This record gives sequence, C-alpha cells and structure tokens, in this order.
Amino acid sequence: MKTKVIKVNMLARVEGEGALLIKIRDNQLTDVKLKIYEPPRFFEAFLRGRDCREAPDLTARICGICPVAYQMSAVHAIEDALCVQVQGQLRSLRRLLYCGEWIESHVLHIAMLHAPDFLGYADALEMARDHPTLVQNALQLKKVGNEIVALLGGREIHPINVRVGGFYRVPVRQELAPLKERLKWARDTALELVRWTGTLSFPEFEQDYEFVALSHPDEYPFNEGRLVSNRGLDIAAKDYDSSFVEEHVAHSNALHSMLKPRGAYFVGPLARYNLNFTRLPALVQDAAKAAGLGPECRNAFQSIIVRSLETLYACEEALRIIEQYERPDQPAVEVQPRAGTGYACTEAPRGMLYHRYALDANGTITDAKIVPPTSQNQKTIENDLRELVPKIMDLPKEKLTWQCEQAIRNYDPCISCATHFLKVEVVRS
Amino acid sequence: MPRARKPKLAIWKFASCDGCQLSLLDCEDELLQVAGAIQIANFPEASRAVVKGPYDLSLVEGSVTTPHDAERIHQVRRASKFLVTIGACATSGGIQALRNFKDVKEFISIVYARPEYIETLNKSTPIADHVPVDFELRGCPINKKQLVELIGAFLRGRKPNIPHHSVCLECKRRGLVCVMVSQGVACLGPVTHAGCGALCPAYSRGCYGCFGPKETPNTASLSAWWSTLGTKPEALLRAFRSFNAYAEPFRKESEAHEN
Repeated sequence: MKTKVIKVNMLARVEGEGALLIKIRDNQLTDVKLKIYEPPRFFEAFLRGRDCREAPDLTARICGICPVAYQMSAVHAIEDALCVQVQGQLRSLRRLLYCGEWIESHVLHIAMLHAPDFLGYADALEMARDHPTLVQNALQLKKVGNEIVALLGGREIHPINVRVGGFYRVPVRQELAPLKERLKWARDTALELVRWTGTLSFPEFEQDYEFVALSHPDEYPFNEGRLVSNRGLDIAAKDYDSSFVEEHVAHSNALHSMLKPRGAYFVGPLARYNLNFTRLPALVQDAAKAAGLGPECRNAFQSIIVRSLETLYACEEALRIIEQYERPDQPAVEVQPRAGTGYACTEAPRGMLYHRYALDANGTITDAKIVPPTSQNQKTIENDLRELVPKIMDLPKEKLTWQCEQAIRNYDPCISCATHFLKVEVVRS
Repeated sequence: MPRARKPKLAIWKFASCDGCQLSLLDCEDELLQVAGAIQIANFPEASRAVVKGPYDLSLVEGSVTTPHDAERIHQVRRASKFLVTIGACATSGGIQALRNFKDVKEFISIVYARPEYIETLNKSTPIADHVPVDFELRGCPINKKQLVELIGAFLRGRKPNIPHHSVCLECKRRGLVCVMVSQGVACLGPVTHAGCGALCPAYSRGCYGCFGPKETPNTASLSAWWSTLGTKPEALLRAFRSFNAYAEPFRKESEAHEN
C-alpha cells in the first residue's frame, strides 16, 4: 500500500493562518481537510454588552483587508434593528467607500497573491523583476482604491469615519474632485488588467456550483438586495438563519456554513458575476466578452478575470458617484436606541457577509452573529480539491501541492475573518 | 569592495486581523524600494518562499492566545536579532484581550457549538509578556509611514523617530480646534499615544484610543472631565476597554469604573 500525504503547514499568500491536508492511498484520494488554525478571537462573545454604536469600530478589527465590509454589514444590521434607513447621498458615499475597498482588496489579490501562481513565481516581488510594469501599475491601481477609503474613511485600514446612521464628516464636492483624474487612469489600467488576466492559461475546471449573492433590481450589489442563488434561493437577510446552518468541525476554528437543504455553496466575485451580469454596465460586459468570458463562468480558476472585471466596475461606479455628488446637509441620520433585532448582508470583496444583532431598549447588544465569506466557502473549497486532486495526482509532489494551493487561492480566502486559514498537507500511501 | 549582504526581514503573525502586516503591502510607493534594500525572507501573507533564519529584523503582529503560540514566540525570538512588535495586538493584547476580563469558557460556548475542539488560553497577552522586545510600534492599525521610518532607521542603524506624546499635540500641530472644548465631544486624545495624526478630531469625532496609552497618562483626570460632559460610568468603562484594554493604564482606569 502506497500512501502519499500532501501537507502544507502554512498556506502562503492568503490572509490569516490555515493549512491543507490531502491523503492519497493507492492512487485514491482518501481525505481533504482545510484546517483553519488561526486562533479564535471571540468577537461574537465580547460584542455582548457593548453599545450598538460601537459595532462598526469593533467589528472592523475582524479583518485588516476588508474592514469596510464589516463596518457596512454592522451599520446596516443595526440600522435595521433601529428602523432607520440611510438614503440619498449618504447611501452613495457608502457605495463609494465599498468601491475603494473592492479595488484595494481585489488588486492585492489579483497581482500580489494570485498572479504569481499563474506565472510560476513565489511572490509578486520576484514577479516584479520580470514584469516590472505589471506590478508597478497594479500597486498604483491598488493605491487608488486605498485613496478612496482614506479620503472617506480617514485611513486605509480600520477607517474611523463610519457610524450608524452615516458618517462623522462628509466631504465637500471639491474634496472628491482630485479622485476623478486618478479614477480615469485607474479605469484604463483596470481594463488593461482584464485583458491581461484573459491571456492567462486556465485548467478545464467547470463545476456545478450553487452561487449565492445579493441581487438588486437596479445595481450591481454592494450593500442592499435580496439573497439569491442559481437554484431558486430568493430571501431577505432576515431569513438567513432559516435557510443556512453553521457546523463546527474538529479540524477548523472557522464554522462551516451550509445551505439547509443542499449543503455547499459558493460566495464571492464569481457568484456575484453569474447572478448579476445584466447589472454590469456595457463597458464591463464588453471587457468580459473581449477577455473570453460569457455571462456565465463556472471555472473557479477564472475568478482572477472576474475580480479584474469587478475592479473595472468599481472604478466606473466610483466615477459615477463622484460626478453626481452633492454634499448632504447632515453627515448622519439621527438614531434612537430601541429594542429589536437587525439583519444585514453586504458584499465583501470575498463574498457575502452576514451580521445579526439583538439590542435591548438602551441600544446595548445582547446577541451577535457574524458569518464571514470564507467560512461559507470552506466546504466548496474542499469539494474543489476533491475534484482537482484525482486529475493531477500523478504530478510531482511540489507541483501537486502548488496547484492545490492555487485552487484554494481562487477563493481569496481570508482566514483572519473566517476564524473567527492556509498550511497544505498531501499524504500519499 | 564587496557589497554587504542585504539584511533579512521576517514577518510573524499571532492572533490578529492581518491589518498591520498589510500596512507593508499598502506602502505602494515604497514597497519595491524596501524590497530592494532588505531581503524579505519570511512573509507568508505575500510569498510562498521562505528563507531560513536567523533574521536581522523580525516584525511581530498579533497577541499570544494559544499554548502553541506561547511556545512559538520563543522560537521567533531565538531566530531574530531585532524583534519589533507592530500594532495594538502585539503591544497590548489587542481587542481579543477583552476576554481577559471575562470567563473564556463562556466566550467559547457563545461562539462555538463544540467547545472541546477549541484550544485557547484564558488571556490574550502582548509579546513583551513572553520575550524581550527591542521596539514597539503602536496603533490599531500601525501608521504605515511609521513602519517605513522604522525599517529605514533599522537599515541605517539609528533609533526610529517615533514621538511618544499624546494625540493632543498632533491636533495642535494640525491646527485643529479641540473637539472636547469646542463641541463637548468626549475624546481620548489627552491620554492616547500619538501616531495617527489626530485623525478622529479631523473628522469631527473624539479619539477612541487606537494607539493605546501615552507615557504617564492622567486617565483619572480625563474620566472626571468626561463625567462633566455627561458620560456615564459604564460608557467610561467601555471607552477604556477596546483595542488596548489590557495596556496597564487603560486596564486600571476601566476597572475603576466597574461597579
């Protein structure tokens, strides 16, 4: 009996700490485990007893890469509990802030974390020696995203300007004006990035996924919409708990999420794209077509193209918002504490992020639930590896390991978030 | 003359959000230059390649929260000539140190269905509680300009130019009108370590303490001022109990408001 064990003790180029264990016995794949050993930090526990207005600042600290997503899901869920709606320019500014985070996070993943896999480099710095323009342009594109977050939020990581009801301070029109020229450059650069990602070579890997994302009648989703899937799911955020279940497995500090009747599902750019293609402007749809992508894409390896398309979309949407911006009279809507439960899903760069808060009459949080995108994707990532490994089992161990890592990185996993992940281990026997 | 070997940089993660190490990748204008002057020898978030130690400079992010990490930090120390902690988690225990005031078993049962799968320590502690630390960079998150200054100073063999005064001085330097005096907004600026550039007051909000306590802070006096603005004891307790809750001056002040 021959056992092969592929073990990646610490998965690189992912956010946070995880490991992968694959066991192959007599050329049969016997086990795949994505282990999340990132230490638990107990956010849902210490949120109990905090004032609901603290939630955006506290939950931002779950993730340094997508703090805006945590702040957005937090404020929307709490506003839902307090029966407050934020509309007009304040709503647009929240979309603009999210555009900044999508650009910054997507470009970090496309160029710094994922592209080196396709070209065979250990990292982007090594890649920069042979492809200096690609890396330099990507860094500058990422910077434009960060500039949006810093202008609206005060700083790139853990912005300080988001509050329940709106913002502490809103910019005057002239403050946003310098971003316009930067964003026009960014839009051209993102278009170039879409073209470039379209030239990469992808393995044949079409899977029958259930995609889950927000869907809004008029726009590509950030903060609002119904939660839909390609297999008939169509619910409001408040019905999340009745449709999804979280399971605690021994090998992971992140809870595995499943759709109650059907199991694994897929959140993130690929899900959004498949479910919302028609909401993308003509510029982005045309760029997709030119890069060889139709309105449907079921190959997780091509998520790098979709991430570039979403970057292009975020540049275009940011420009649209800035063009029509008029400073609102008040930076925030007044909120009054009241007892209730609030629910929200928003679209983090890596996928849908669910928050639920129960509040007492003083606005103190009595219960909190947070389901990050990476815990939702864990089962699908393991399923992908179960499909992939038998196809590439004969590769030398180092190559096999690297391809497994690449398959995991297709999901831009954020382990810091999910623990609330990456070592790879392959065992052959 | 032969060119000197480039110093080796390693980045280590303990319990954290990854935001402080991300600050290095957020130095879009300086990153390629930094990579030219220093060998990035161990940075798993950015690279699959790992160069063996010892390392000339280790940046440590995160706090110690598991038995395994309490061992690992000693290995990191042994492999590092200079060890610099970056951010509130590494310097004070971080937001996850809120467990230090509660029963961690209860916390586990709130979040996890199968508590027996979870291995964690009762307290989240800063790196300096475990090994000697050569320099601390404060903030939640750190200021990336301070990170570039720190790496630059290390390369030149000088002390990093990182001020230790309060956020108040940063406000004065920016010409910001005091939000506490002029608007009656409760602000932690007088007791909080500088480094953010007085961000919150610039956005019409009171400082909420991301950089932790400054040297010799008079927290009791500030609490008295907050009380005159109508802040209740439970709100004072929460104000001192956030990202730097377990830093001693903030810990003691929050405990003074426990009933």
